[in-house]
Order: sequence, then C-alpha cells, then structure tokens
Amino acid sequence: MIGLGFVYWIAGLVFAAYAIASARGRRWTNALFWGLLATSFLLGDRLGDIGNGVLVLALVGTALAKLKRPTDPVVRPEMKPLGNRLFLPALVVPAFALIGTLLLRDTRWIDPKQVTLVSLAFGVIVGLALAMVWLRPRLGEPITAGLRLMDSVSWAAVMPQLLAALGGVFAAAGVGGLMGQLLGHLIPSGSLIAAVLVYGLGMALLTMAVGNAFAAFPVMMAAVGLPLLIHAHDGNPAPIAAIGMLMGFCGTLLTPMAANFNLVPTALLELRDRYAVIRAQAPTALILLGINLLFLYWLAFPR
Amino acid sequence: MIALAGLAVILLGFLLRVQPLLVIVLAAFVTGLGAHMAPLDILALLGKGFNTNRYVTVIYIVLPLIGLLERHGLQDRARGLIANMRGATFGKLLAVYMLFRQITAGLGLISIAGHPQTVRPLLAPMAEAAAERDGELSDERREKVRALAAGTDNIALFFGEDIFLAISSILLMKAFLEQYGIALAPLQLSVWAIPTAITAFIVHGVRLQLIERRWRREGQR
Repeated sequence: MIGLGFVYWIAGLVFAAYAIASARGRRWTNALFWGLLATSFLLGDRLGDIGNGVLVLALVGTALAKLKRPTDPVVRPEMKPLGNRLFLPALVVPAFALIGTLLLRDTRWIDPKQVTLVSLAFGVIVGLALAMVWLRPRLGEPITAGLRLMDSVSWAAVMPQLLAALGGVFAAAGVGGLMGQLLGHLIPSGSLIAAVLVYGLGMALLTMAVGNAFAAFPVMMAAVGLPLLIHAHDGNPAPIAAIGMLMGFCGTLLTPMAANFNLVPTALLELRDRYAVIRAQAPTALILLGINLLFLYWLAFPR
Repeated sequence: MIALAGLAVILLGFLLRVQPLLVIVLAAFVTGLGAHMAPLDILALLGKGFNTNRYVTVIYIVLPLIGLLERHGLQDRARGLIANMRGATFGKLLAVYMLFRQITAGLGLISIAGHPQTVRPLLAPMAEAAAERDGELSDERREKVRALAAGTDNIALFFGEDIFLAISSILLMKAFLEQYGIALAPLQLSVWAIPTAITAFIVHGVRLQLIERRWRREGQR
C-alpha cells in the first residue's frame, strides 16, 4: 500500500537534490540545512527519538549560522510557443489532489488516511514529467529553479513542524491544566460576559503565542469552556466548541508563529515587509473576532 | 506553574527578535525542565514530535515544478490571461477566488490550493495584472496586492474548512469533548461554522471593494 513512506521518500530525494545543488554553488550552510532535512525524511524512522532530537538541534544550529538568501538573478523567462498549455503542468498538481481525494479513497493501493498527500506527490511527478517533455530544459534546471524559491523560504520551512513538536512537549508537561487554574481566578463568578470574553480572547491570544489553534483549544476548553460556559452557564457545547475554534483561527491570521500561513508567503512573494501578509489580514481577522464573540454570546446560551 | 514559563520564553524571544527556531527549542526545554523532566527526555520528546509531523513540510516538493514553469513564463501567462479579461478588477478576482477556496475547503479539499501551489504562480500575478489595468502600480501597492492575495487564501481556507465534517479541527473538538462525556456528531459542530463562513466572505469581500475604490479615487500613486 502506498502511504506516507512513499511521500517522505520523494521529499527526501528533493531535499537531497537541494543540498547537492547548494554544495555545488559553495553555499555550505544551506547545503547542510537541506541535507539534514533530507536525512530526516529518508532516515527519520531509523534514527530513534534521541537521534531525531539531535537532528533538530543540528537544524537549529545551522539556521543560527545564517542561511544564505537566493542570489542568482531571476532568469528572464525564455518564452517558447507553448501558449496557455504552460498552465497544464501547474494545474495537474491540484487536479490530482482533487481527483485522488475523491476517487482513490477506497482503493486498496493507497492508504485512505493519506490519499491527498499521496495524490499530490503523484501530481508533482506527472506535472514535472509533462513540463520536461514540453520544455526540454537542462536536466538540473527544475532543482536550480526550485532551490531559488526554497532558499527564499529558508528556515521558516521547518517552523510549523518544530512548533508541532513543541506542542507535544506542552502536552507532556501539562501546560493546559496549569493555564486553566490561572485563568479560573481571572473571571468574576457568575459573569457570563466575562467568561465569554476570556474564552474567546484567550483562544485568539493563546493561538497567537503557540502559532496553532489546535494547541490552544484543549487548554481554553478545559480552563473556561467546560467549567464555566457549558456547566455553570448551561451553554450549548457544539457552538461553544466550534465558534471557539474559529476565534482561534482569527488569532492564527495575526501571528508570525503561524509561519506557513504568514511568513512563508511573504518570502515566496518576495515582499520587503516580513509582516505584510499579517497586516493585510488584520482588519478582517479583528472584525471576525468581534463578530464571533457576539455569535457565541447570542447563539450558545439559553435566553 | 513554572512550566508556563515556556509561553513567556516565546513572547520574550519574539520581542527580542531571537531566531524563531531557537526560541521554540528554548521554550521546549524551559517547559520540560519546569515540569521536572530530564533534559534527555525533553530532547527525545522533541525529536519524536518532529519526526511524526514531517508531513507538514512535504508541500515543498512542488517547488521544482513551479520554479521551472516560472522560468518559462508561467507568471507572464497568468498576467496575460487577466489582462485580456474585460471587467476583471483585483477586488472581484480575489473575491471569486475566495468563494472557490471556501467552497472547496468546505468539501474537505484543502490541499488543492495554497501559497506554493497557486498563490505565487497564479493568483498573485493575476491580481497584479488586474490592479494594473487602472494604471502603473507603485511598489507599495504592488506589495499590498500580493499580500492581499496571500491573505485572501488564508482567510478563505480557515473559514471554509470547518464546514467539512472530517477535517482535523472538527475531529479534535469531538474527541476532546468525548473525554468529558459530551458526545457530539461532527455535523452538529460543523453547522456552527456556517454563519462565520458567510460573515467572513462578506467582511473580506467588502474590504477588498473598499480598498479598490479608495485606490481608484486616489489615482495612481
């Protein structure tokens, strides 16, 4: 059965190719960084937990040694008479992800839980094959072109993965329960408005701190949602949970900790202001946070 | 309570502009030590978490394809497509994309678009081309258009995906409440995402129209 192992194998090869291309350009720190990431994808399951921990420290150490930004100038597109056919290889990727997710879920060949990622990987292979046949570039050109984009994303590429690992440490250390004790003291007893505010704003702020609403939800639900909103004020659990999560998403739009959503696009779009995407999202996020507080107050409690 | 110091480390690290990856690792060790864990156990926990979450970083395998197509003029093609389309303004373009992204995300198709796959090679250049129809873009406005393209993708994704029954956030809520004896069906949770999804489309759509109107009134700058 084709599953994550296959996808990781492809990712390992791509990152190894980035590492080799970096080394050939004498960009040694970049070569080491992408090489370590390739090692994680290819051998991660054989390294053991401590081995992977050491790999994480090595990645962070390499990032501290300053990764080089892309230097080679943007190559002017050489227009070949391909016309709008050029869109086809690019659209193969989302099309494969879409069709694969819809059609391949119940086949025996693909792990049903990973069907989207597997289809996406196949889409990349097919798209690349099409592009190679039509455009006839030098064999190494996809990697040089990809590396330029990869180097502009740089270390931010591994930040979400590292934050997920931090979430595991938080869970093991019982941070959620502690937070609950702390917040419990903040809310005047009997005040529904105060409890709604602490729960909603807490979801947004904690999400901003840890970069992920999934990590904030169990904490705020256990701390305020369950004891106060659901039990003390007889609230309806479904909207309290669902709207709480959405207020967390408002926080995600406002924080650089959510690197894959907020920092990676500024790098990919070559924006000078690192926080440009957060600034563009902020008014929408704040208005939605306010409206969701009202939704929660109006929709979740008996009148 | 010392374990909460990890959160303070994150906050302080960002204020002092310490390398974010270092901040995360420091926060992990401060949290773990605060909860009386052995340093080696914390390292193992961090390594294990990093290894099991590798799928988060897989998306970058699309970059060689995108990079190659861009060298052969993909962005120019995307611009050309919009430049020839009557009545395509950047506000309308982004609103249409938002609707498409919200609906597909609501059907659970969250990976069919994203910053490397669609925003950089297609949406951002299209939005720029649409904005350029009113005249030359200043650098400042060009940045703003690109940032809005990325932001629109994020907002549409976040306030669309929770309508889907089997999305991870819905499953997380269901599993968590079950531990406390509250049994909910995914549908009971996901219907509550609909009012916010509609509100998000209205709020963001109106914002885009207002920005467009303001720029037109101010003229080229």
